[in-house]
Amino acid sequence: MIQLTVNQKKYDVDVPEDMPLLWVIRDVIGLTGTKYGCGIAQCGACTIHLNGEAIKSCITPVSKAAGKNITTIEGLSPDNSHPLQIAWLEADTPQCGYCQSGQLMAAAVLLKEKPNPTDEDIDDAMSGNICRCGTYPRIRKAIHIAAGLQKQGGNK
Amino acid sequence: MKNLKNISRRSFIRTSGLVGGGLIISFMIPAYSGRKRTIFDNDEGESVFIPNAFLQVGSDNTIKVLLAHTEMGQGIWTTLTMLIAEELDADWKNIIVEHAPADKAYGHTAWGIQATGGSSTTWSEFDRYRKAGAAARILLVQAAAKKWGLPASACKTENGFVFSGNKKLSYGQLADSAATLPPLTDIPLRTKEQWKYIGKGIKRLDAPAKVNGKALFGIDVQFEGLLTAVVAHPPVFGGKVKSFDDSKTKLVKGVVQVVKIPNGIAVIAQNFWTALQGKKALQVEWDPGENINVDSITQLANFKKLADTDGKSVAKAGDVPTAMKQAAKIIEAEYTFPYLAHATMEPLNCTIKVDGDKCDIWTGTQAPGMEQAAAAKILGLKQEQVKVHTMFLGGGFGRRGNPDTDFVSEAAQIAKASGKPIKMVWTREDDMQAAYYRPSFLHRATIGTDTNGMPLAWHHIAVGQTLVGDPEAGASTEGISDSPYLNAIPNYYVGLHSPKINIPVLWFRSVGNTHTAFVMETLMDELAHNAGKDPVEYRRRLLKGKERNLKVLNTVAEKAGWGKPLPKGHFHGVAMHESFGSYAAEVAEVSLDENGLVKVHKVTIAIDCGLAVNPDGIKAQMESCVNFGLSATLYSVISFKNGVVQQTNFDDYRVLRLNESPAEIEVHIVESTEKMGGIGEPGMPPVAPAVANAVFAACGKRIRQLPFGEINFKA
Repeated sequence: MIQLTVNQKKYDVDVPEDMPLLWVIRDVIGLTGTKYGCGIAQCGACTIHLNGEAIKSCITPVSKAAGKNITTIEGLSPDNSHPLQIAWLEADTPQCGYCQSGQLMAAAVLLKEKPNPTDEDIDDAMSGNICRCGTYPRIRKAIHIAAGLQKQGGNK
Repeated sequence: MKNLKNISRRSFIRTSGLVGGGLIISFMIPAYSGRKRTIFDNDEGESVFIPNAFLQVGSDNTIKVLLAHTEMGQGIWTTLTMLIAEELDADWKNIIVEHAPADKAYGHTAWGIQATGGSSTTWSEFDRYRKAGAAARILLVQAAAKKWGLPASACKTENGFVFSGNKKLSYGQLADSAATLPPLTDIPLRTKEQWKYIGKGIKRLDAPAKVNGKALFGIDVQFEGLLTAVVAHPPVFGGKVKSFDDSKTKLVKGVVQVVKIPNGIAVIAQNFWTALQGKKALQVEWDPGENINVDSITQLANFKKLADTDGKSVAKAGDVPTAMKQAAKIIEAEYTFPYLAHATMEPLNCTIKVDGDKCDIWTGTQAPGMEQAAAAKILGLKQEQVKVHTMFLGGGFGRRGNPDTDFVSEAAQIAKASGKPIKMVWTREDDMQAAYYRPSFLHRATIGTDTNGMPLAWHHIAVGQTLVGDPEAGASTEGISDSPYLNAIPNYYVGLHSPKINIPVLWFRSVGNTHTAFVMETLMDELAHNAGKDPVEYRRRLLKGKERNLKVLNTVAEKAGWGKPLPKGHFHGVAMHESFGSYAAEVAEVSLDENGLVKVHKVTIAIDCGLAVNPDGIKAQMESCVNFGLSATLYSVISFKNGVVQQTNFDDYRVLRLNESPAEIEVHIVESTEKMGGIGEPGMPPVAPAVANAVFAACGKRIRQLPFGEINFKA
């Protein structure tokens, strides 16, 4: 039995230690916002936060997450109020939407580490997340909008 | 005659009551007037009343919009709803949007069958969805007028209410009585001047659920007792299981069952990962069959040999051999294009639950009716016993509209063999290797020019497989045989070879135009340079009278600053192509980096799709087309060796990433009152040639094959 903390909620899961976190989150815990895209850490659809760092959950064994804080897209905000979610909607970013959970989770760590990211910072941080619909221009735009919102929020 | 028209209109729209109270607006299936183009079309033209709704007004004020088309990112969830809202004056917060079930009632207005594709949703539903909204509003007004003893003309509608003076009733309060009114004989639509949304657009209605993980795709379906199935497919297309040993698979904790199906072995387990471990433990001996000899290198040699002969005549005019002899100069070019995988972000999947003579299917599909029919046949059920729940599609690009219904049929086979409710999920490797592809093509063009460098004779041979669902092979030469340039070329011959190869091939976003536009538009650039003329000016000469082509070409040239100085090391290339009823011209700004690799900085687009119903949605589709097109332009290849696909996942099947995408994509929508065209695909064909033409401007090298993103152009 492995104890996990996902979006501040505790779960005891009876799974093999090498089972990737992605499948524990999706198939065992039942949170489906985190997506499977490649299984080899190439596409970023499965990006989540482990102790605040963006990781590819499709190659991270569940044992590595025991006792740590896991945040999935469902835990980014309770009501679409994270600056990135507001900005994503402002830029009308999603198309098919399948990759967007991973995009948002990758962007959230970028914004935390670099509150005013340059285009180059965005290129570096977001190149691990594939979007076949090609929403890249709006992802760039939305990250800049979110940086502005975050700054406003911080000045309150 | 007038009466006849009214009768037919009356029978076209139907009203009925909703169980639990409310109004349903539904349509009869009219004898559709479509051309028989693909196997999507059927021959049945009879009018049958099928009580399925496009719009339901509930007595609780909810407005349910049912979509005859499916949302795969292109934005119809929003656009179709907007068309209803334009006429209905509903309160947006009460609107619920759902994919319609599989049913003949939701057949495509031009093709008959229920399908999403060919960039056709907005133009094909523009009247039907507005009429559904208008019919509901008229009936709700009539119901209110009746209640108040006033003429309908004394009533107004706004935000989900009917008003007259200070009297006010909500749509929900009126829905029941509206449902009892006689059918409408006429449904006038609002004029352009009255439009609130059309031409202005609204934000995507599906976006909120797509930024918090709540949007449900096929892969997200879960319910008590549902198991996951993973399939071991034959490594070579058409291969068969000779024998298999599942003893180790059955030792994997959580594996429930192993079943043989026509296309391999399915491992069924408690969850995906466990099923995958079971698949890895499986020992299968395959009979590869005759396709073991499929090989990309020998195939190309065969294509070249075929191109030596004229093939089937697709388009011709004048006398090509004689004109060639009179030509001042001959230009010859041979192009090759690889197979491509759609690689939708959501790997293919399908959930099936069979319960006696009832079956439920949950999947992301572009053609729910075809899936329904295929599953019913496999499961020995009647079509109406199979209910298709269309989920959000995690990308389609043509892959989820397969007339062979491969992934749904496979899931049905597993459900049949196992007797269990299963969610079949393909791995990314299955998606790459057991897929349907954009076919590989070879083009050989020989062009004779006159002393001014204008084309006198054009001889063009295309070689490539015919798509599933395109028996006439129209897609193989679309964009060439109907090229707007042909008018200005007195002698031409377009020939086609369609070799039979056992690799499954299917439409892929923008279909034949993915290769034909590249050939035509890089040749235009080459001809212009040969003639010593500016590429925009050269095209103008060939496009006399082609107003829509000229308009987008001129617009993009102006907006991109064609011919004006660029930053040092940056170069422009231009291309123009019409497809799916729309016209797109693009200018790409590129440079070559220190390794001689292509960097695309900016793409400027001018698009004429007729009426621009949802302008920001059009911009989003243009951006999507550019980036999707750049994957194929720069990186993506599917190749075969000993019958086996050589690529397995995104590490060896490269697609465009954010850091490789243009810093800017600037879209100009040309104001147009011309016939409406599509938007999901027409922005894609011009990208590759625009970039290639810019590379020529940068280094003087002509590009004859895709992709070219890993080539050092400074070498």
